[in-house]
Amino acid sequence: MIDKTVPSVEDAVASINDGDTVLVAGFGAAGSPVELIHALIDHGAKELTVVNNNAGNGEVGLAALIGSGQVVKMICSYPRSGGSVVFPDLYKAGKIDLEVVPQGTLAERIRAAGAGIPAFYTPTSVGTPLADGKEVKEFDGKTYVMERWLPADIALIKADVADKHGNLTYNMTARNFGPVMCMAAKTTIVQAREIVDAGGINPEHVVTPGIFVDRIAHVAHPEHEETLLQAGRRYP
Amino acid sequence: MTKGWTPDQMAARCALDIPDGSYINLGIGMPERVADFVPEGREFIYHSENGLLGMGPTPPETKRNPDLINAGKKPVTLNPGASFFHHADSFAMIRGGHIDFCVLGAMQVAPNGDLANWTTGGAAIPAVGGAMDLVAGVKSIFVVSRHTTKDGSPKLVEACTYPLTGLGVVKRVFTDLAVIEVTENGFHVVELAPGVSFDEVRDKTGTEITAT
Repeated sequence: MIDKTVPSVEDAVASINDGDTVLVAGFGAAGSPVELIHALIDHGAKELTVVNNNAGNGEVGLAALIGSGQVVKMICSYPRSGGSVVFPDLYKAGKIDLEVVPQGTLAERIRAAGAGIPAFYTPTSVGTPLADGKEVKEFDGKTYVMERWLPADIALIKADVADKHGNLTYNMTARNFGPVMCMAAKTTIVQAREIVDAGGINPEHVVTPGIFVDRIAHVAHPEHEETLLQAGRRYP
Repeated sequence: MTKGWTPDQMAARCALDIPDGSYINLGIGMPERVADFVPEGREFIYHSENGLLGMGPTPPETKRNPDLINAGKKPVTLNPGASFFHHADSFAMIRGGHIDFCVLGAMQVAPNGDLANWTTGGAAIPAVGGAMDLVAGVKSIFVVSRHTTKDGSPKLVEACTYPLTGLGVVKRVFTDLAVIEVTENGFHVVELAPGVSFDEVRDKTGTEITAT
């Protein structure tokens, strides 16, 4: 019987190694797998490269992971936002590396990794500093820049409902990077608000097919990063 | 009478140039106001690049859902016919030329349509978001911006000195002083705001500009 559930978020993240590249789902606070991130902080794996659209807010979730010193490099599209303090301070002090990637290129690099496509051409960033040093090529009279895939060791995902085969649904705009990140990691780890038996999700409604998912931890009452931020909480 | 257009009037003037049934992406800040001025009888469908089509207005405090946000990470609502999708699909809509209009702010625009709006360079932490994808893929790029910076320097310049967001992408600029078309021959004023003279627009523009 296929059952990808594990007893706890601690078990779910236990195999993460020092030096891993970790895709962390979420766009701002929506879709941020807060309990998995906090379990990774407790786990202590270090020298991590982390991929997320942003670079964390306040002192919880991704910001707390960055603040713990476990992250050596961030790959993201928008590391500056109103409530972001931990990353900017470390970056200005030269203690963390940053690779800025246009948002759509970031999503496509992750998708390409999941789809087995090592590189692709995009019109995005042609003629700008973000295309410096990259190969460009003309197709049908227009110039494109070559971008590489972004494969990862681990993906940390927040789902709404999961079945035991790993089929997933999401909640509204919390979906964002989840489906493509599930595809692109060697090990995809999911926290789900509800876990049902196989067959419990209408196949027509499955957003991420279970083939892209390895482990599922049940987090029945996930803390929303936005709620934690508004309460001024910090982790640990 | 106040001279020139207020930010709301700039947004309203921009909305007038968008046809019924358009799929539109609105940038963060002043461009967001365009949604408040949909002309009578038209229906616009708003795309938010975090993964939402059919975005509706800001909800009251009690109806906010932290999982229903826009690209500016602000709470929004759903209009009938809305849909959710993941980020790669969202940017396929953008890059694949499926979105009709994008309205953005600007730091600098050049007469060849070059746009700079993501960083001033230097010591600032670089952050680009979806701006480069939008200008590369959306069919028509409109800019809504004050004609000059806070210290009075022109934003319409001979060549952008800030790092570029995209090459030759801007079609039309809506400022507090005028509506300006980006043509093969450079900037061309198509409409002046009330009480504003062409001479004033020319004085506040950092490069050649024409009018009919």
